[in-house]
Amino acid sequence: MATQQTRSLARFMMAPSVVLLFVWMIVPLLFTLWFSFQQYNPLNPIRDGFVGFSNYALFYSNPAFLQSILNTLTIVVAVLLITVIGGIMLALLIDQPMWGQGIVRILVISPFFVMPPVAALVWKNMIMHPQYGVFADIARFFGGQPIDWFGQYPLTAIIIIVAWQWLPFATLILLTSLQSLDGEQKEAAEMDGAGFVSRFIYLTLPHMSRAITVVILIQTIFLLSVYAEILVTTNGGPGYASTNLPFLVYQKALLEFKIGQASAGGVIAVILANIVAFFAMRAVGKNLDK
Amino acid sequence: MARAVTPQHKTIATAAAWIVALLIFFPILYTVITSFKSEQEAIQGFNLFPSGTMESYSEVQAQSGYFKFFLNSVLLSVGSTILALLVAIPAAWSMAFSPTKRTKDILMWMLSTKMMPAVAVLFPIYLIFRDTGLLDSRIGLMIMLMLINLPIVVWMLYTYFREIPGEILEAARMDGASLWNEIVYVLTPMAVPGIASTMLLNIILAWNEAFWTIRLTTTEAAPLTAFISSFSSPQGLFWAKLSAASTLAIAPILIMGWFSQKQLVRGLTFGAVK
Repeated sequence: MATQQTRSLARFMMAPSVVLLFVWMIVPLLFTLWFSFQQYNPLNPIRDGFVGFSNYALFYSNPAFLQSILNTLTIVVAVLLITVIGGIMLALLIDQPMWGQGIVRILVISPFFVMPPVAALVWKNMIMHPQYGVFADIARFFGGQPIDWFGQYPLTAIIIIVAWQWLPFATLILLTSLQSLDGEQKEAAEMDGAGFVSRFIYLTLPHMSRAITVVILIQTIFLLSVYAEILVTTNGGPGYASTNLPFLVYQKALLEFKIGQASAGGVIAVILANIVAFFAMRAVGKNLDK
Repeated sequence: MARAVTPQHKTIATAAAWIVALLIFFPILYTVITSFKSEQEAIQGFNLFPSGTMESYSEVQAQSGYFKFFLNSVLLSVGSTILALLVAIPAAWSMAFSPTKRTKDILMWMLSTKMMPAVAVLFPIYLIFRDTGLLDSRIGLMIMLMLINLPIVVWMLYTYFREIPGEILEAARMDGASLWNEIVYVLTPMAVPGIASTMLLNIILAWNEAFWTIRLTTTEAAPLTAFISSFSSPQGLFWAKLSAASTLAIAPILIMGWFSQKQLVRGLTFGAVK
């Protein structure tokens, strides 16, 4: 089939996608790299010029920087833990024979379709609000003191919101994988007297490994760049308590107009994403070869 | 399952699953309930039974012109999806039907472009958009959304096209079908379901995208994500109005989402989980 003609036709058909993505990836990135070595302030252009690595030094010496990296990783790891473990448990539960399974699935998957600003605002105002939120109502009902989530535990609050958005996704993927598990294998294991725990460890978990890998990869992509949830709830505060790297870069670029520093932060974000991506892509590539 | 399920087992599983599912769904449910309360009711403590007033809905439209944002959301998500399909279909097609040694690498590379954090290129994109007059324009944002979803669209189409058997093409060719006939009469009917699923998922992703849609718009091209974010100001009690606006913003896509569960799994796992 692969004649010279079809091969050049194939190349021609692929060109638009490849060229578009390449330009989209390279051009802005080169700009960012260039700006990261410049002093550039659109409001005060007098001192603009090449400054070497000082943007990186400034960004690095900013106490918010280390905190933002730490916050970024905390969000990723915490949400992954909650959603993967919770997702496995939920998938096992929903996979049981029951009445109204279809509706249960629909209820569980729904938060995934809620746009991030809505999810964040609903949680902020109606669930976690220290005065009028449902959590406060519950606390008062039991005679407790309502918690000021966004004042006292801003990062935890954001993790809860983001985990709520992604738990459905993990559950749905893991459930789909669980349902493709061969029923005969399960029965054979049961006949051999394997209990629930050993069946789970030796049969179910290995079967789901590929789905778990994919869940981790996809979520990591999105969790590294959580933005709207922070913007509409804590705005990064109090202080920098809930500022992640994307949010810090946004603040530097569009609020403080320190383009050089923001770009340096952007380059660091790219490096961080690449480190994570390297491991994630390798795992997925390996799994997809099967 | 072949083995007998005891009624107790089924009852317990049903109860447990429903409780968990309702807890997870609760924030959405409560938002819908609150949207039918008056502002007074909304802050009077936990209450699942609203008076059923529609005033919040009419106020949201009257005060903020909800419909314009809704229209922008529709235009942007559908427009960017059509653009992405136009670019992605030929690429996925050629990768599925005449794969080379590099096909796999190209696919992985495309996926890796999604790894790039958006903030890293926020300022350059902002500058480019400003200087080309694309800032706060629908066409600019459409292009943007097309670019960020293109890798997923290519991947998803590729996994669908790959399942179309190549022998059918050869058979058609043997029967003397021209390339054009081959595409129109043989391939298109087989490819349509995959394209439709891809379209559905991509519309959902574009509708909910909340970084570029917020940062690159002000008024003209602002979709619902930007509209809702404008409610984040701390002043004033607006629970019922916020709920009405939120309900309106998520309802269409939530319902679409319910019908797309299967495609969602497939599309977002690159065909690895079916």
